[in-house]
Amino acid sequence: MIYDIIIIGAGVSGSAVAREVSRYDVSACVLEKCEDVCEGTSKANSAIVHAGFDADEGSLMAKLNVEGNEMMDQLSKDLDIPFKRNGSLVVCIHKEELDGLKTLYDRGVKNGVKGLKILTKEEALEMEPNLSDDVEGALFAPTGGIVCPFELNIAMAENANMNGVDFRFNTEVEDIKKGEDGLWHIRTNNGEYVSRVVVNAAGVYADRIHNMVSEDKMHIIERRGDYLLLDKEVGGFVSHTVFQQPTKYGKGVLVTPTVHGNVLVGPTAIDLEDKEGNNTTAEGLGEVTAKANESVKNLPLRNVITSFAGLRAHLERHEFVIEEVKDAPDFIDVAGIESPGLSASPAIGKMVGDMLKDKMSLKEKSDWIATRKGIKSTEGLSIEEMNALIKENPAYGTIVCRCESITEGEILDAIHRPLGARSLDGVKRRTRAGMGRCQAGFCSPRTMEILNRELGLPYEKITKSGGKSNIILERTKGEVSHS
Amino acid sequence: MEKRDLTCIGCPMGCQITVELEDGEVISVKGNTCAIGDKYARNEVTHPERTVTTTAVIEGGDKPRVSVKTAGNIPKDKIFDAMKEIDSTIAKAPVHIGDVIVKDVAGTGVDVVATREIAAV
Amino acid sequence: MKTYDIVIVGGGPAGLAAAVAAKEAGNDSILILERDHELGGILNQCIHNGFGLHTFKEELTGPEYAYRFIKQVLDLGIEYKLNTMVMDIAADKTVTAMNREDGMFQIPAKAVILAMGCRERPRGALNIPGYRPAGIFSAGTAQRLVNIEGYMPGREVVILGSGDIGLIMARRMTLEGAKVKVVAELMPYSGGLKRNIVQCLDDYGIPLKLSHTVVDIEGKDHVTAVTIAEVGPDRKPIPGTEIRYTCDTLLLSCGLIPENELSRSAGVKMSPVTSGPVVNESLETNIPGVFACGNVLHVHDLVDYVSEEAKRAGANAAKFVKEGEVKSGEVIELLATDGARYTVPSTINVDRMDDLLTVRFRVGEVFKNSYVSVFFDDERVMHNKKRIMAPGEMEQVILQKTKLQESKPKKITIKIEKED
Repeated sequence: MIYDIIIIGAGVSGSAVAREVSRYDVSACVLEKCEDVCEGTSKANSAIVHAGFDADEGSLMAKLNVEGNEMMDQLSKDLDIPFKRNGSLVVCIHKEELDGLKTLYDRGVKNGVKGLKILTKEEALEMEPNLSDDVEGALFAPTGGIVCPFELNIAMAENANMNGVDFRFNTEVEDIKKGEDGLWHIRTNNGEYVSRVVVNAAGVYADRIHNMVSEDKMHIIERRGDYLLLDKEVGGFVSHTVFQQPTKYGKGVLVTPTVHGNVLVGPTAIDLEDKEGNNTTAEGLGEVTAKANESVKNLPLRNVITSFAGLRAHLERHEFVIEEVKDAPDFIDVAGIESPGLSASPAIGKMVGDMLKDKMSLKEKSDWIATRKGIKSTEGLSIEEMNALIKENPAYGTIVCRCESITEGEILDAIHRPLGARSLDGVKRRTRAGMGRCQAGFCSPRTMEILNRELGLPYEKITKSGGKSNIILERTKGEVSHS
Repeated sequence: MEKRDLTCIGCPMGCQITVELEDGEVISVKGNTCAIGDKYARNEVTHPERTVTTTAVIEGGDKPRVSVKTAGNIPKDKIFDAMKEIDSTIAKAPVHIGDVIVKDVAGTGVDVVATREIAAV
Repeated sequence: MKTYDIVIVGGGPAGLAAAVAAKEAGNDSILILERDHELGGILNQCIHNGFGLHTFKEELTGPEYAYRFIKQVLDLGIEYKLNTMVMDIAADKTVTAMNREDGMFQIPAKAVILAMGCRERPRGALNIPGYRPAGIFSAGTAQRLVNIEGYMPGREVVILGSGDIGLIMARRMTLEGAKVKVVAELMPYSGGLKRNIVQCLDDYGIPLKLSHTVVDIEGKDHVTAVTIAEVGPDRKPIPGTEIRYTCDTLLLSCGLIPENELSRSAGVKMSPVTSGPVVNESLETNIPGVFACGNVLHVHDLVDYVSEEAKRAGANAAKFVKEGEVKSGEVIELLATDGARYTVPSTINVDRMDDLLTVRFRVGEVFKNSYVSVFFDDERVMHNKKRIMAPGEMEQVILQKTKLQESKPKKITIKIEKED
């Protein structure tokens, strides 16, 4: 079949584009090399919705950041995902850098950020008592927020899929050529795909995809960020997102609550030439701790439950590239989407959707569904509500993940919904099962049992996150498995 | 003369014991700090024995494996022979604790018995 | 929902022994709540032997030891619910639990026994750098997969941590055909029993590297190699000492943490040393009628001690239901200093104690030819020589009620003293 639009990459940008495209009467397909959505940069970042004072005035980054931020309230309602405007603070810890706060303030005002305020030391400490005593002042941005990047990404993809966009997983693009028929022929490890228009939203691979069609070569630098995640037990350590001021001393790290009540600390910024180099290092994790201790005091490091690293797709010009490639008409890059990419993603989707609408004269569907219901969470339900749920479906009476209190009912929902989970990480990112303090030690055998039963996957084929990430190798005693 | 170095398992001290042997006979035991060590070392160098605990495949049960043990100690050098026999055995549910799963494993005269209850389904 | 006098949270060795003792002490209204699909707890996957020498004077495997207690529970007609997760314990001892059949339900208990056990420290808490591929397991998770479910995680294994579970799994994986390449231990001594080092590692030629830790994990999808390095006295890796092992599996046996989420939310006061509740001579927490026993109270070395402790908790819970709260009597504080890390219990009310009271504790480092000394206020009343004491093993002293009644100390201190 010939698609009108093929989107390469099911990260937050690709999924945002897919959702916007799904408004129109077109055939569209997302090609993703991994086994699930949200597998690259989108799954390992600061989970922040930036206010929008960082990027240079007039830049696309600034514009889309502010727009994306403004869209987030409605989007989170439409897609039933957690989003909170917890407000952010940029703290200054060197007296001689206090002017810098004013620079940020001015830039923010020019970028259209609302409600910015410069705080004194006392005001800052009152707002956030665990700030370092060295704090000299802070910039407060009430519109700064936090979001669950997995749920944002998954929800946009699910919604696109509900509205008719196809998703092909485990499908890696190997080459792209313009055929004599004037169409894009995309060779993958999973056969050939043909489309009129291609959207390149391939994250750290966007340069490789771009360079398949253009002589104007692109080079993405993988900028690694190491993070530490702290237990919910210390979730109240900070209530605002605490940034450090970018100064001559370096870029600093942030300390932030997450929408699910953990505390996230990071990232580093280490430039690599390795598109899969998302391993943490002792130096990186050490740097996160050392820097965080400059802006906050008594960071409860004994409550670290996991550490991870993500790669940002950094372009040397440090700007989003969202445009039709000059020497490759009908090929649109969505590249260099580093911070504030997550915040901007709804606006990125809208921008590309509008470009395609104009370019292809797309007509809106009358039956487009703007909303999506998330997985029914049992958190905070009363006994009566729980019992009503269990009566309807007894699986809600079985707790699978003890740390996050996730029931079998929620896991079944995650598996059987559009673009459902097929791996332990897929279940984890949709339900939080395995994301708690025991890090899946308790629930992984139980989740495997459910995946085995529900998807008919033999145990040996159950993976952590697709590919060769099988959890177990074989049966003991050389016995042949019966699925 | 042969010398053997051992770590005593009698207590957490873990004394490093050296045993001297001549034609398989113990000539001296050194390094131990109590009588337990002396006895342990003499047994260990002349006829070391172990209890083997593992699992066996079980059919028709509410679990895919039944845990088993050798009902007594077997010579240490027979452990892998015993494992081979146990691994090629398929028990039938139900089984009860103490039921013989493999008789006279690896010619040791010792039976392998079930260590848990498995109900038939 | 039916109500019960005593609700026991957890049907592992502690919960089972507590139930039996409560029943034997005359209480007929007991309910055990167990989250797994069978009673016995972790013992069901501990298929190795070495259990029960103190309790039954014979060497049993874990499932056999568990079954001795399960059988008593069944024979005594004690009620239990499987596949049931306790969601909350309120300060007024209302227990909220949930399962498929009963839904979510509440039991207003007169006494609650905390017997939830402990869990393993995961990789995340260890801050091991590297990739995050499949093939990394806590030793206990691997033990469950291999022993109960019959699945092999891999064929080439590196183990971090030489606690007993790590050592036992080294042998288990070897017997099932895997090659265990090394066991690395951060500390300069093993946390496991000597017997396990000899019979699980030495017997199979598996090297134990003390003062070593994992410094890198390779493999994007699945573990392909693990690098360990020697650590200095500060427990930081020493550059240049790295050794790389190709492998497909990394097992972690790096300590156990009492599982006290429910206790905390109930308002039970916790000890920062044991991560378990602070209890008195009756194994009762700061909430009257809430008792704790087994690994949720403090991590034990032998299950026999868990059973013994749990029996006391069970009997005391039955007594509490019958007699109510005893408020009379002086409270003596127990302190652990000079190498002793903590004591269980933390306080003694002489009026409420049995004729003999076992006080358990652990030491913070390896002590050779040292003394366990007990002080009543400033007077040394006990001075027992021990050839060796190690952090991996629990120590105990036994206090006599008559002695405490005579001396009337305000506080009792347990210390480790070197040769005079």
